[in-house]
Amino acid sequence: MAVSESGELGSVTSADNVKAEVFSSFAEAKSLSVKQMQALAKRIRRHIISMIGKAGSGHPGGSLSAVEILTSLYFAGLRHNPSDPQWSDRDRFILSKGHAAPLLYAVLAECGYFPVDELLSLRQLDSRLQGHTDRTLTPGVEMSAGSLGQGLSFAIGVALAGRLNLKDYRVYVLLGDGECNEGQVWEAAMAAAHFKLDNLVAIVDNNGQQIDGWNREVMNIEPFGEKWQAFGWHILEVNGHDITQLIQAYRQARQVKGKATVIIAHTIKGKGVSFMENNPDFHGKAPNAEQVEIALKELE
Amino acid sequence: MAEEVLVREVYGKTLLELGRENPDIVVLDADLSRSTMTRLFAEEFPDRFFDCGIAEQNMVGIAAGLAASGKIPFASTFCCFVPGRSFDQIRASIAQPRLNVKLVTTHGGVTCGEDGASHHSIDDLSLLGSLPGFTVIVPADGIETAQAVRVAASRSGPFYIRLWRPKTPLVHNQDYRFTLGKAVTMRQGNDATIIALGIMVAEALDAAENLKGEGILCRVLNMSTLKPPDKVAIIKAATQTGAIVTAEDHLEHGGLGSIVAQVISSEEPVPIEFIALKDTYAKSGTPAELLKRYGLTAEDIAQAVRRVVKRK
Repeated sequence: MAVSESGELGSVTSADNVKAEVFSSFAEAKSLSVKQMQALAKRIRRHIISMIGKAGSGHPGGSLSAVEILTSLYFAGLRHNPSDPQWSDRDRFILSKGHAAPLLYAVLAECGYFPVDELLSLRQLDSRLQGHTDRTLTPGVEMSAGSLGQGLSFAIGVALAGRLNLKDYRVYVLLGDGECNEGQVWEAAMAAAHFKLDNLVAIVDNNGQQIDGWNREVMNIEPFGEKWQAFGWHILEVNGHDITQLIQAYRQARQVKGKATVIIAHTIKGKGVSFMENNPDFHGKAPNAEQVEIALKELE
Repeated sequence: MAEEVLVREVYGKTLLELGRENPDIVVLDADLSRSTMTRLFAEEFPDRFFDCGIAEQNMVGIAAGLAASGKIPFASTFCCFVPGRSFDQIRASIAQPRLNVKLVTTHGGVTCGEDGASHHSIDDLSLLGSLPGFTVIVPADGIETAQAVRVAASRSGPFYIRLWRPKTPLVHNQDYRFTLGKAVTMRQGNDATIIALGIMVAEALDAAENLKGEGILCRVLNMSTLKPPDKVAIIKAATQTGAIVTAEDHLEHGGLGSIVAQVISSEEPVPIEFIALKDTYAKSGTPAELLKRYGLTAEDIAQAVRRVVKRK
């Protein structure tokens, strides 16, 4: 890749004792170390497996790949208050790849937006936890999603409103790499640069796969970083499973003025469960009871 | 001859007034602000106007984000592009999350004329009418346009307002008051009812006047709120006049005719005739030529009334 992995983040260390920088009263109250966040990430993976296993359908692969991205964001990047989901000064997180709903629900529950027990109601009739996110039902869910390619446009609207309202909140949006096949993503990429939205951060869960297989075989998105750069974005590339690098990237994005930042997070689809890793079969298929048992054992 | 006005100019001026009254009003366009007349707002409020370029899907999403953040966004372009170019975005980013976005688009129907089939929006009412929670309005003239835009701004929830390109006559008096969800009785009569919307209201009134000489007295209803439809007025028309003709500048299926037929067939079945485009795209031509070619004139409506009255 022409956009170097070593360039932007050369000084980042991955020492376990690096404390998350405190951006919010919530993070301060939690004050989790990186090591604690890693343990939390494992628990969130267990939630994802249990939820999708119980529901009998869902998308484990792209939920597991982004666990560290959301854990580090919600516990060390985002200014938010789980007891006041509509707090007007909150930072906004928008899940554009709506099929990773189980991940977002698990993270929100661990934050305290709703009880962890509720997670097992995923996809059941009258549950607040719909198969894909629904902003009208779930505390902490900023936007409904499921039809890909739409979250970045929505995020631009939220970022523009923040500017108009003289609010200093920041807007984060998580995209899939396969999702970037959608033309609307690039309409939005062009617009975010045009509007100079330095309060906007796109994170791409670059796990390399989509439903039909590897991106490069289904619809090649490379050269990927160069595309964002050409559209006028500031580019950061990180190991998307390295919490320290992710926290550092969120911190660095705050310093960028006059342009939006994209964090390309290199991840492994199905991360943490041996038989799901890099296996497109588990993009949108639930594990059976036996597979759930094996997966949970691996995640102990 | 009634005074003729550009409904889109009325829209632009109304937006400007609303902008002065309410700082939360914001406006988006997709590179057509001179035609949709949102330019009038943009010139006075450049910070609250977002030209999204030729990218309608993105514009719809941005409007949704602004609405979720407390703004009242009006997004405009031609009807053929919103909803035509951006239907899933309207469904997934506005309708399903129930966001307070106002889509006000211009150049609806066949009256953008010479631009041809690519620019004739003849399926927009069917598309928007299919979305739960959306309010769909087609005002009949400039007076109703101004009021409908104000009502949309004052009510929470997604709205679609369809406007058109050429100047058209006023059919309402200056003291007219638009009521959301209420069909307007434009003319009384008990032999048949013509239910029309948009530019077809003026045609319906002409038809009714012409039929009077033949002894057929028509009621004319202006269904400016297409969704939710005024079922009470429709059923009353069926009961009291026993025959209905619908008239719209739109395809026959999915628009006004389909909605009225659904209401009367389940509540008060009476003969019905449909004035609309018959499963076809239109060609280039002047608005008058196209209305004539595709059977959308006052005389076409009058003939439909004669047919439907015989079926009573």
